[in-house]
Amino acid sequence: MSEDDKRTSHPDAGAPDAASPENADNRIELGRLAADEAHEASIAANPPEGPDGEPLHKPAAVQTRVVRDRKGVRHKVEVPSTGHSWDGIMEYDNPLPRWWLWSFYATVVWAVGYVIAYPAIPLLNHATTGVIGTTYRGEVAADIQRFAEANAPIQAKLVQTPLDQISADPELANYTANAGSAIFRTWCAQCHGSGAGGNAGYPTLLDNDWLWGGTIDDIHTTIQHGIRDPKDADTRFSEMPKFGTDGLLDNAQIGQVVNYVLQLGGRPHDATLAAEGKQVFADNCTACHGENGTGDRAQGAPNLTDAVWLYGSDPATLTRIVHDGPYGVMPAWAGRLSEADIRAVASYVHSLGGGE
Amino acid sequence: MSKADIDPPNLYAAREPIFPRRVKGRFRNLKWIIMAVTLGIYYLLPWIRWDRGPSLPDQAVLVDLANRRFFFFWIEIWPHEFYFVAGLLVMAGLGLFLFTSALGRVWCGYTCPQTVWTDLFILTERWVEGDRNARVRLWNEPWSARKARLRLTKWTIWLVIALMTGGAWVFYFTDAPTLLGNLLTGQAHPVAYITIATMTATTFLFGGFAREQICIYACPWPRIQAAMMDEETLTVAYRDWRGEPRGKSKVTPDAAPKGDCIDCMACVNVCPMGIDIRDGQQLECITCALCIDACDDVMDKIGKPRGLIDYMALKDETAERAGAAPKSVWRHILRPRTVLYFTLWAGIGIALIVALFLRSPFDLNVTPVRNPLYVTMADGAIRNTYSLRLRNKQGKEHEFAVSVTAADGSVPQGIAVLLEGQPDARIHVAPDTTQTQRLYLTAAPGSAMAEGGQAEIELWIEDLSDGLKTHVNTVFHGRSEK
Repeated sequence: MSEDDKRTSHPDAGAPDAASPENADNRIELGRLAADEAHEASIAANPPEGPDGEPLHKPAAVQTRVVRDRKGVRHKVEVPSTGHSWDGIMEYDNPLPRWWLWSFYATVVWAVGYVIAYPAIPLLNHATTGVIGTTYRGEVAADIQRFAEANAPIQAKLVQTPLDQISADPELANYTANAGSAIFRTWCAQCHGSGAGGNAGYPTLLDNDWLWGGTIDDIHTTIQHGIRDPKDADTRFSEMPKFGTDGLLDNAQIGQVVNYVLQLGGRPHDATLAAEGKQVFADNCTACHGENGTGDRAQGAPNLTDAVWLYGSDPATLTRIVHDGPYGVMPAWAGRLSEADIRAVASYVHSLGGGE
Repeated sequence: MSKADIDPPNLYAAREPIFPRRVKGRFRNLKWIIMAVTLGIYYLLPWIRWDRGPSLPDQAVLVDLANRRFFFFWIEIWPHEFYFVAGLLVMAGLGLFLFTSALGRVWCGYTCPQTVWTDLFILTERWVEGDRNARVRLWNEPWSARKARLRLTKWTIWLVIALMTGGAWVFYFTDAPTLLGNLLTGQAHPVAYITIATMTATTFLFGGFAREQICIYACPWPRIQAAMMDEETLTVAYRDWRGEPRGKSKVTPDAAPKGDCIDCMACVNVCPMGIDIRDGQQLECITCALCIDACDDVMDKIGKPRGLIDYMALKDETAERAGAAPKSVWRHILRPRTVLYFTLWAGIGIALIVALFLRSPFDLNVTPVRNPLYVTMADGAIRNTYSLRLRNKQGKEHEFAVSVTAADGSVPQGIAVLLEGQPDARIHVAPDTTQTQRLYLTAAPGSAMAEGGQAEIELWIEDLSDGLKTHVNTVFHGRSEK
């Protein structure tokens, strides 16, 4: 038996061989035969049966299609089969509609035009640029430009409006709420937290305890000029002495004054030491923190009697602060953000719940 | 003729032009009515006005993409209520299942826009160029002044119809009279012109030239539908046991007895898909039933009973061959499968209607601000911040009061309610808007909520004009929360 004979012979007629379904290795679990030429006759002769015992599929009818001859007369012609069938369903070799071919050619033409017009073919260091000069970075720049132009009128209005009247104007309030939030998350969140909740040494902006003042004018000035920014002449400046490092107080005195401060703030403390610390406080601290420890916003000196503690309220932290002196710095933003942006973020911070 | 006269088989085949003949009958009349109703709705609906008050558009049906609202007569759908649209789409899907399992491709044959517009374009074609025979002659004629004139007239009318089709579409998306004025004066948005141009081009191409090619090659629905039809589905079919052997009996009076089919080709000549229904069920058949009208007409003329081509189920075929009567139409339609589809369809419909009437005229969304969980105030009070979204879905400005209760309904001690930028716990919300508002709840120092952990609370808003209240459950974080 030649190779050809093996392929075309009926499986039931020939001897089992490696390619035959008679070979148990080639059996498909579903009990079906592959729909190739070799099994066509077998499949057609054994249609699957329905529940009533009748064949589910009748032998396929001859597929026809209408064609037109050279004289324009229509004829039905038989459509050739691909030879594939499955469960009696034939696959016919119908021609593709010609307009599909045209559509395909049209996409080719379009692709050629696209490659010429737009950046397309990657080269070693860059891609072809395209004759109309589109770049996606350029499109982003144009978008940014477009938004900047769209925002220009309201930013001009924002700069001209007195600070305390911004929140009363719904249009400005809406703009500052959104723009200010975006600016805050970009430039301020690193220290103050994305929710403005602060960190040890970086004040929370949500409460009603402000070091340098919580009116919108105060906040605006703070953002403009920063705090202890060496590059800004108008920066807010004050400096708490390094009482321990510079030898102004000895360790016993520091322990006394720390306990006195804890007492002022209503925190657990040693009453004896606190009583002794009262005099130390009066001699060294009242110039800035006030006689009663309520602080002085003109110098950024915190109120020591309230429940808000910038660095912490435990004795060790307070001892460290008194011994080493704190020196918190906030950069001035006047040179880095536009006046409109500073006003927007000032207005935003003012609206977070602590604004005065 | 021999096979040699026919072009050899190609990989690609040109479209065979189809010249459907005019036909009269009950299904043709039904199709005229459906065409008039569907086209009437499509063209006229955007022009119906519906008064909603001064601050809302007065167009009865409007998809307001810019303001994210969908208006349908007295119903206004907000973006967060998109489940209504999703529900309608599910109903549309189930409705198609229902109709397909009961009546086959009835959607394709009667109401599909492709069918309706193609029908309209064929009507125009027949009006300009004449009926089938005249059109076939014109097709085979070489180009002449007359042919060019007829073609140009036809294409112009098609283009006008296509332009009106694309033009009507954009009126659903913005105020129709304003847009019409802007369109005519060249001031409308470029998107409107681009949309009209695209819709005009596709309508012109699909209705005028592509026609059945769209149904056969572009549309996925015929493939899906085949899976939804069964042996009980009513579909257009030819009673071949009655019709065969076909032939013209008068020509051969002494020949063997002929079937009822006289092979007049009327069913083929009226078919907009260009098929022969006598070949059996075919992928191309959209069950428009025009062949039924054509054949019934012929059967009347030759004195044979109607129904050689008829709506019929596959199961009837075996029954009728055996001489039994077919099942009644309603026994085909009322089956567990269709009842199930209808039940699901109606269930969703009822649920949507109930949901529509249960909608509140205002909504409250509450997002606790969790960064940080709480803020310690200077006096030791604990404050939580919440972001409120208040939706006033009414046509007038309303004033709402915000209050808080514990989960058990009691008023918690030592809690102050404050709204950012407001003098008291009241807020005005403009008509048809969503307002965001920061809310502060401050628990007095030493109070149970300030010193405790997480506490369940309810935030209430009350419409001060009519006392309607709604609430949202949320939590308060005290100092002990870590």
